[in-house]
Amino acid sequence: MSVADAGRTSSPGVNWLYKPAVRQFVIQAALVVAILGLIAWLVHNTAVNLADRHIASGFGFLNQRSSFDIVTFLPLTAEDSYGRAILAGLVDTIIVSVLAIIIATIVGVLVGIARLSSNWLIRALSTVYVETLRNIPPLLVILFWYLAVIAALPSPRDAITLGSAISLSNRGFYMPKPIFGAPFVWTVGAFAISLVVAYFVKRWASARQMRTGTPFHSFWAGLAIVVALTLIAFVATGAPLSFEVPVKTRFNVNGGLTLSPEFTSLLLALALYTASFIAEIVRAGILAVSHGQTEAARALGLRHGTTLRLVILPQALRVIVPPLTSEYLNIIKNSSLAVAVGYADLVAVGQSVLNPTGQAIEVVAIWMTFYLGLSILTSVGMNIFNRRIALTER
Amino acid sequence: MKIKFLPIVAGAVLALATAISAASAGTLDDVKAKGFVQCGVNTGLPGFGNPDSTGKYTGFDVDYCRAVSAAIFGDPDKVKYTPLDATERFTALQSGEIDLLVRNTTWTESRDVSLGFAFTGVNFYDGEGFLVRKSENVAHVKDLDGASICVQGGTDTVTGLADYFKQNNIKYNPVVIDKLPDVIAAYDSGRCDAFTTDSSALYATRLQLKNPDDHIVLPEIISQEPLGPVVRANDPVWFNVVKWSGMALLDAEYLGVTQANVDSMQESTEPMVQRLLGVGNNDFGKSMGLSPKWAYNIIKGIGNYGEVFERNVGMGSPLKISRGLNAQWTKGGLQYGIPVM
Repeated sequence: MSVADAGRTSSPGVNWLYKPAVRQFVIQAALVVAILGLIAWLVHNTAVNLADRHIASGFGFLNQRSSFDIVTFLPLTAEDSYGRAILAGLVDTIIVSVLAIIIATIVGVLVGIARLSSNWLIRALSTVYVETLRNIPPLLVILFWYLAVIAALPSPRDAITLGSAISLSNRGFYMPKPIFGAPFVWTVGAFAISLVVAYFVKRWASARQMRTGTPFHSFWAGLAIVVALTLIAFVATGAPLSFEVPVKTRFNVNGGLTLSPEFTSLLLALALYTASFIAEIVRAGILAVSHGQTEAARALGLRHGTTLRLVILPQALRVIVPPLTSEYLNIIKNSSLAVAVGYADLVAVGQSVLNPTGQAIEVVAIWMTFYLGLSILTSVGMNIFNRRIALTER
Repeated sequence: MKIKFLPIVAGAVLALATAISAASAGTLDDVKAKGFVQCGVNTGLPGFGNPDSTGKYTGFDVDYCRAVSAAIFGDPDKVKYTPLDATERFTALQSGEIDLLVRNTTWTESRDVSLGFAFTGVNFYDGEGFLVRKSENVAHVKDLDGASICVQGGTDTVTGLADYFKQNNIKYNPVVIDKLPDVIAAYDSGRCDAFTTDSSALYATRLQLKNPDDHIVLPEIISQEPLGPVVRANDPVWFNVVKWSGMALLDAEYLGVTQANVDSMQESTEPMVQRLLGVGNNDFGKSMGLSPKWAYNIIKGIGNYGEVFERNVGMGSPLKISRGLNAQWTKGGLQYGIPVM
C-alpha cells in the first residue's frame, strides 16, 4: 500500500485516531466542550456564591420604583422604574454621541484641510489645535470645560443676556423653547415634499450637464425650493408655533430650552478632542491621493475648491473611512466619562441603579450589552458606507 | 464516542467549581489566619475616614475597624484599609474583598435584606441636611424652591431629597455626580445653590471648601440616616464579633470605663464592669472565638464610645459636632449599649 493511500482507505491496519478528519473533529469538539465548561463553571460559581451570600439576582429589579430624580432628555421622575431610568441613560448616551460625532466630523474635516493650507497662519493654528487637544486626556478636556470655562461664567443673577429670553450663566445656556401646534404637521410635510422636489431638480441638472455640459446651480435652486415651500406651508396654516420663554426665579432660570453645563462640557470636549484625531486622519487621507490628481484637475481648469470637493475628497474618503469608524466608536465609549461631571449617561444612571439595588452583575451586563450594541450598529453602518465609496473595479 | 465527552468534562468542571466555592472558611478564622482585618472605609471624609498627611487612616469609622482589630488581636493597628466610594462599597463587601465596611453607610431595609448584608448596629444617628452659601439668605430647606442642588449619585441621600421635595411640593434641579470630590468641586464652583448629604459629612465638607466661612449648614434635617458597620449576612460568628465590638464601646461609656482608667477599673467590684473587662472567671470572649480580655483590649486601644466620638468628630475635633442623638440614653440621646452578661 502506498503512502498516499493511507489517509483515504480505511484498511484495518491503520488506527482510526490517525485519520485527519477524526483528529480535527476531536480537537474542535474538545475545545468547544472546554469553552462551554468554563462558561458553565463561571455561571455556576457565581450562582452558588450569590445564593450563599443571600444576594438577590435576576432582572426583576428593573420594574421597581427608582426613587431618585435625575435630569435626562427623556422625562424621568422618582416615580419611574429603574428600567426606565436606564433607558433614559441610554438615550442620553446616544444623543451626546451622535451630536459629538457630527460636530467632530465637521470640525475634523475643516481642520484637516486647514493643516494642508498654503496660508501659514491657518496651517499653524490648526497644527497647534491638533497637537494640543490630542495630547490631553479626554477626561481633562471635559473637566476643563466644566470647571474652568462654564463654572467661570457669572451666576444666574448676573447672567449674560441677549434680550430677556436668551441667557448664559454657570447654570447653562437658556433659550426659548419652541412649542409646535398641531397644524405644524403640514409644515413638516411641505419640508419633506420640497426635499424630494429638490432631489429631482438635482437629478435633472446632473443629467443635463452630462448631456450638454451646461452647469446648473442645483444647490441654490434646491435651497430656494425647500425654503419657499416650507415657509408657504407654515404661513398658510397660520404659523402654528409659539415659544416658551425661560423665566428667572430666585435661584435659577427655569423653563425654556436648556443646554446644561454637564451636557455642554461633555459634548464640546468629546467633539473637539476627537476632531483633533479626525483632522489627522483627513490630512493623511488627502496626502494619500497622488499629487498628479490635483495637477490633472487643475489642467482641466477646475478651481481649487472644486478640485478638493470633486476630485481629492472622494478619493481620500477610501483612506479616511476605516480609521474614522474607530474614532466614532471612541466617541461612544468616551461618552462614559460623563460620570465625572454628572451628565446622566448610561454609566452614570447605571451606577445610580446599581447602588441601591446591589445588582452589580446585572447592571454590568446591561452596560456591556448596550455599548456593544451601539458599537456594532456604528460599525455596520460605517462598513456599508465604506463599501459604497470603495473603488469599483471594472 | 463524541457524545460521551460533554457530560464527562462538564461534570468534572462542575465538581471542581463546587470544591472551590466550598473551600472558604468563616471570616473570623480567615482574619485570624491572615493576621489583619480588611476594612472598607471612606476615600476621604474628615472626621469619619480620612488619610492623614502620612497616609494613615483616622476617623470615627476607622476607629470601629480598630476596635474589631483590638478585640481579635489585642492590637488596634492590625487593620488594612480599602478606600471605597459610594458605588464601590457594597460590591467590595459582597465579593469578599473586605471583611467589614464602616463607611458612614445608612442602614436601610433593602440593604439589610436584598443585598445580603447585616448591619451590626448604629454607630452614628445622622440625618440629611443642606449646605448653602450665606449670601443666599436661605433659612429653611423650603426656601430652596427652584434651586439647583448638588448630590452624590448612588446614595440614599438622592432618595431622601426626592421624597422631601415631592412631599412638600417644591421644585428643584438635581445635579447628580458620582464621586464625592467631584460633587463638592461642582458646588464650590457655583454650579449649585445647595449641597446635600448626611449632616455629619456636611460639617466635614464645609471645611474642604475654598472659603468655609461663606457657607453654613442649615439647622434642619429632612431624613433619618442611621449609620453603622456592615458585614455579610452569611456569617453569624463574624457578625457577633463586629456587633459586640461596637457594644463594648457603648457599655464602657455607660459604665464609666475610659482608656485612662481601664486598668484601675479591673479592680472594680461592680459585676457589670467585671463581666465587660473579663475580670475573674468572667469569659464572654470564648463563645465569640475571642480572648476573655476582648473588651478590655478595645477600650485600652481606642477608648470608649464618648472618647472616640469627641476625638474624631466632637468638640475635640475641627468638626465640632455635638453629641445630640448620639448621647447615651441617660443623657437624652439614643445610644444604648446592650449589656455583656
